[in-house]
Amino acid sequence: MMKTSGLAAAGLGTALCLVATAGLGWAADTPKRGGTLTYMIPADAPPSLDGHRENTFATMHAAAPFYSVLIRVNPDNPSSTTDFVCDLCTAMPTPTDDGKTYTFKIRDGVKFHDGTPLTANDVAASWRAIIHPPEGTSSARESLYIMVDKVEAPDPTTVVFRLKFATGAFMPALADPFTWIYEKAILDKDPRWYEKNIMGSGPFKPAGYEIGQSIKGVRNPDYHHAGQPYLDGFTAIFAPKEAVRVDAIRGDRAAGEFRGLPPAARDQLQQALGDKIVMQTSDWNCGNVITPNHKKKPFDDVRVRQALALAVDQWHGAPALSRIANVKTVGGVVFPGSPLAATKAELETLPGFWPDIEKSRAEAKRLLKEAGAEGLTFELLNRNVDQPYKFVGTWLIDEWSKIGLHATQRVVPTGPWYEAMRSENFDVVVEANCNSVVNPLLDVQKYLPRSVFTENYGNFDDQAEIDLYQKMLHETDDAKQRALMRAFEKQVLDTQAHAMVVTYWNRIIPLRSYVKGWKIGPSHYVNQDLADVWLDQ
Amino acid sequence: MYRYIVNRVLLAVPTLVGAAALVFVLMRLIPGDICMVRLGSGGASADAHALAVCHAELGFDRPLVLQFLDFAWGFFRLDFGMSMWSGKPVAEEIAARLPISLEIAVMASVIAVLIAIPLGTISALWENSWIDHVVRTVAIAGIATPSFWLGIVSILVVLDLSHALFGAAWMPPIDYVPFWQDPLRNLSMVILPALTVGYRYSAVTMRMARSAMLEVVREDYIRTARAKGLVERLIINRHALKNALLPVVTLIGIEFAFLIGGLVVTEQVFNLNGVGRLFVLAVQNQDYTLTQALVMLTVAVFVFINLVVDLLYAWLDPRIRFG
Repeated sequence: MMKTSGLAAAGLGTALCLVATAGLGWAADTPKRGGTLTYMIPADAPPSLDGHRENTFATMHAAAPFYSVLIRVNPDNPSSTTDFVCDLCTAMPTPTDDGKTYTFKIRDGVKFHDGTPLTANDVAASWRAIIHPPEGTSSARESLYIMVDKVEAPDPTTVVFRLKFATGAFMPALADPFTWIYEKAILDKDPRWYEKNIMGSGPFKPAGYEIGQSIKGVRNPDYHHAGQPYLDGFTAIFAPKEAVRVDAIRGDRAAGEFRGLPPAARDQLQQALGDKIVMQTSDWNCGNVITPNHKKKPFDDVRVRQALALAVDQWHGAPALSRIANVKTVGGVVFPGSPLAATKAELETLPGFWPDIEKSRAEAKRLLKEAGAEGLTFELLNRNVDQPYKFVGTWLIDEWSKIGLHATQRVVPTGPWYEAMRSENFDVVVEANCNSVVNPLLDVQKYLPRSVFTENYGNFDDQAEIDLYQKMLHETDDAKQRALMRAFEKQVLDTQAHAMVVTYWNRIIPLRSYVKGWKIGPSHYVNQDLADVWLDQ
Repeated sequence: MYRYIVNRVLLAVPTLVGAAALVFVLMRLIPGDICMVRLGSGGASADAHALAVCHAELGFDRPLVLQFLDFAWGFFRLDFGMSMWSGKPVAEEIAARLPISLEIAVMASVIAVLIAIPLGTISALWENSWIDHVVRTVAIAGIATPSFWLGIVSILVVLDLSHALFGAAWMPPIDYVPFWQDPLRNLSMVILPALTVGYRYSAVTMRMARSAMLEVVREDYIRTARAKGLVERLIINRHALKNALLPVVTLIGIEFAFLIGGLVVTEQVFNLNGVGRLFVLAVQNQDYTLTQALVMLTVAVFVFINLVVDLLYAWLDPRIRFG
């Protein structure tokens, strides 16, 4: 009896323990209200606070908490490339008119921070400014909306997007996190007002901005998502130097940052803080792109461009490089993991991805000999940014030396780097293709000739490539679209070898363990409004 | 005296004009285009029309001579225009950064003077003694150690020490609060940079104070004072030190002026949003108006400090008269 009772007691105790543990787990996952999150922005002050104009994370990390968007990547599932949810709309629409019309109903009762009601007119005006910026203003995202014909607001609660053609690229483009909804009256009065001022309907209201120092926000009590935000406020400190950021996290002057640290900093923080720091990691929708200048001899010869790619051992180089730089995954023109990305077997047929590096380098040497470019000496233009530009550049020079090429690296600040590329004053350049929401059909625009995409610096024309792209963009059948993407990729990386894609970046986000509710995604632009974040303190 | 000051102020005019012309030309010789950086950063498109609009907006489509005259006329009226990068008034951009740079420059100067003059004097008076050797070693170490390195090490020492003593790492704040808003937080932020900069500053000044004092104590009038039986402390304080201070004051003036815009790396190490960091950003972004204003500010500070130093000469050495 006693034995039975003992067993029963033990069983009950175990059950209670389980309940308690579960309870604790539940308690730990239930958001707590209050507190101020202090985080760092690894940059100097952004050139402006206007998300429509800018394309830098410094603007995003500083001002996203003040704004709402029409739709967004699900903040509970930001790694997904297809999970989009409403922010200002009431339900995700089903397209009509053969996929060419999308009708959104706008939430009722949403207010701007100044108390003005937010209507469909504000949403439509903001989108028009993004897609067709008025004279004297610029939009960094015009090229993402080439499929949009017009945006209409037939009544105060309805916004209609009419497309020129149906495409799967539209919804991910619509979820771009920079597409903040501005007040129409302000835009009408001064389209550039938002460059220096903030007026949104997001989870936080602005509470102070010290140029180059910090930006502060306080909870918006009228926020349209009930119960959010959980924080009383936030302070974002501009801290461009990595050592400062690591020390600040260690000394708890800041709870973390949202762009990404390199592996060495991760290890340092983990060693110093143990379980007081949590690292979230993700593949990053950013990859370095190596572009030869087709106008410069001998890079006008496709054999030389192919040889550059064939010399590089990505499969062994990426894991080694990932120990010191924020790079990790080998991929082609499409973000690895996306349904349109090449499989490893498909990649291995392209120059630069052959599994047998000795064979690959022998072929590279043969091509160089055939092109009369053996022992070629050239300059690799690179950007004065450590992670990962300079690491990747140095690694490439070593790889090229293995086929007898002599490259020297010219590292310059961002301004002269752009200047050199645009004025065609380079042999080969290290650049990057960084995008926000994973949207392969638009992300690969980077590889199109400059006549189509102004930020391509290869100085070539390729009508076959443009035709392939247009066909792919208009294709709505998934399987056919994937086949077209493979053909496009072969054209870019093999047949014409317009560019090389080297190792996608690896995003490592350090957050103090008391910071909860934030989930990492493959872009440092996504999921930054902080509405879900709370402090377990 | 007043005539001397007026003359010096008038002499500053050609210096400022020369500096203005130099910085104007040099900025335009650097390859790059702020419009391309501004419109194209992060991969945004910068088509020819957008570039043309940006160039027109910033006045680049006007002849260089007119651009220079605009700049010079603006400077004359103390109107530095708008930052080409942020679009904010240049005066506002500088005003946001100047207090912290000024505070550190003043604190570092005070620290340097408090360390350098007594130690330099003692070192000279006890020449070749163990005190002299220690002071010289400290001074040489200060000159040889870069401030930014000392800054990095000092932060790590504070972090490790606080962790060892209290179980949690502590470091100074990384966001600036003015002294009048929160004195404790302000001082806890600026004390480490002031100490690290002040140490190097004091080392240079210490060497100068020592050698100046060594020269002065060998002068005939000091020997005469001693022969007259004056108390040694009186000789040193009243007769030797004041004269020895002439080159030291010059050095302090130059160093102080340098600190206003020259603490580029130290500001980065301590995440200080100062004038030095702004200077680098302005050059990197090819922000002509901001760079020009910062150069002119630095030149003006140098001119002003030199004037103050010259006036101090008269107070330190009554033989010096201004004609």
